[in-house]
Amino acid sequence: MVREIEFTLNGYHQKVSVKPGEKLLDVLRDKLGITSAKYGCGKGECGACTVNLDGKTVRSCLMYAVEADGSVIETLEGFQRLGKKEIQEIYQKHNAFQCGFCAPGFILSTDELLSQNPDPDEEEIKEALAGNLCRCTGYKNIFSAVKEMVEIRKGRES
Amino acid sequence: MLNFDYRRPESLDEALSLRKEWGGKSSLLMGGTDLFLAIEEEVRRPELLIDLKKIRALSGLEEKDGAVHIGAAVTYSELIHSDLVHQKLPGIWESSRLVASVGIRNSATMVGNICNAVPSAESATPLMIRDAVIHITSASGSRSVPAVEFFTGPRRTVVKDDEIVTSISVPLMKGKFGESYVKLGRYRGEDIAQVATAVLVDENWNYRIAYGAVGPVPMGIPGAEAVLKGKKPAADLIEKAKSEVLNTVSPIGDIRASKEYRLHMCAVMFEKAIDAAVSRMETGAPAYGARLI
Ligand SMILES: Cc1cc2nc3c(=O)[nH]c(=O)nc-3n(C[C@H](O)[C@H](O)[C@H](O)COP(=O)(O)OP(=O)(O)OC[C@H]3O[C@@H](n4cnc5c(N)ncnc54)[C@H](O)[C@@H]3O)c2cc1C
Ligand code: FES
Ligand code: FES
Repeated sequence: MVREIEFTLNGYHQKVSVKPGEKLLDVLRDKLGITSAKYGCGKGECGACTVNLDGKTVRSCLMYAVEADGSVIETLEGFQRLGKKEIQEIYQKHNAFQCGFCAPGFILSTDELLSQNPDPDEEEIKEALAGNLCRCTGYKNIFSAVKEMVEIRKGRES
Repeated sequence: MLNFDYRRPESLDEALSLRKEWGGKSSLLMGGTDLFLAIEEEVRRPELLIDLKKIRALSGLEEKDGAVHIGAAVTYSELIHSDLVHQKLPGIWESSRLVASVGIRNSATMVGNICNAVPSAESATPLMIRDAVIHITSASGSRSVPAVEFFTGPRRTVVKDDEIVTSISVPLMKGKFGESYVKLGRYRGEDIAQVATAVLVDENWNYRIAYGAVGPVPMGIPGAEAVLKGKKPAADLIEKAKSEVLNTVSPIGDIRASKEYRLHMCAVMFEKAIDAAVSRMETGAPAYGARLI
């Protein structure tokens, strides 16, 4: 029951053979060299496996790779490649990570939030990141990084 | 890894004929946020997964003929970002925002939620109090089932092995009304409800009240509705209605909360939910989505 699926991954066209039961996360990590998406809980609860699928963050641990056939996937590797490093740099400046396991998920969720809502308040930031768990930082620095990101982008627009 | 085949039909007809052919050996896949883990844990062992996400006919979200129609493929994120839902179905909007977190809501659908049919299913009670109707189709015909009759047991619904839920219709309210949805969870973001209370009140003081997570199926509380009917709630009425609630619900104790705590919270949340719904009808505040607990 092996089949070929195709999608756009970080701007590149990809073809890969999968069985219907293979998880998207495993295929990205083991077959396509995408290591930014992590296996945290495997149950949709921690957000470590977050990838952007057709413009929205999803849990790659809760999807079969076949479901992604024909879609556009972006991961942190793509942010690097396309020079979308701004959020990463602000996070770094605020010392918002310790072990960094949660970082790719947080960065993708922050990117999604800011693309939908350029001026989120603290509640909205917390709501948008509520599905990403961090066992190290206590979140404070993460929120302050996002707030500065908002201010920087606002300043640029005015 | 389990061995199953996967199909992603583009039309409803194609999905229905697969469903007819494969019946109970098939599982319908929408966002997969429930089904995926059920398969991983081998609670479900389908031979064929029928992925319905890409069927255009299931993706509609519109107002027509006095009701809002929510297609089976509509995700919680789409519901939350819809002005139509915010304005016309504020209780459903409020409850949708409390489902999991953004990364789940981007995939999870309301129809998947009610078809999964756990007693805590977020959308069950807000749909019941609005007299929503569930539309179900098979290769041999269609039927419509009121939300109150949809749930038959824990993880059980009226949907048969050859059927597909295509949409939900929620009738529009006439005149002024207020709604509220109060969810008790341990923390925000990911937790399913330990108790959920949904209330609707209209300008003639008709009430609809439903509870989730405190019995085998989500349940209406007709006794409490009758006590309050035609009246603006006063303290003595609230007390009487509250005892109707406590006589109707039958919570269990589990890993999330004890039976006693759930019963206590059923009473606390009843007052909060009635208060918020009435106040929203009369003054428009607190805004929908504000924290009620
Ligand atoms: C981390 C996490 C947090 C969660 N938090 C919450 C929460 O706070 N509140 C809550 O209520 N739920 C929660 N859930 C459960 C789940 O996300 C929701 O129930 C969701 O709405 C399911 O929708 P889905 O589209 O993903 O359904 P799927 O998993 O695709 O399907 C669910 C069930 O419905 C059936 N089905 C799907 N579509 C149809 C159809 N058209 N016709 C007939 N049957 C169909 C499937 O076969 C399956 O049995 C959570 C899940 C996770 C993983
Ligand atoms: S690994 Fe996917 S959410 Fe935790
Ligand atoms: S930095 Fe370690 S989990 Fe977030």
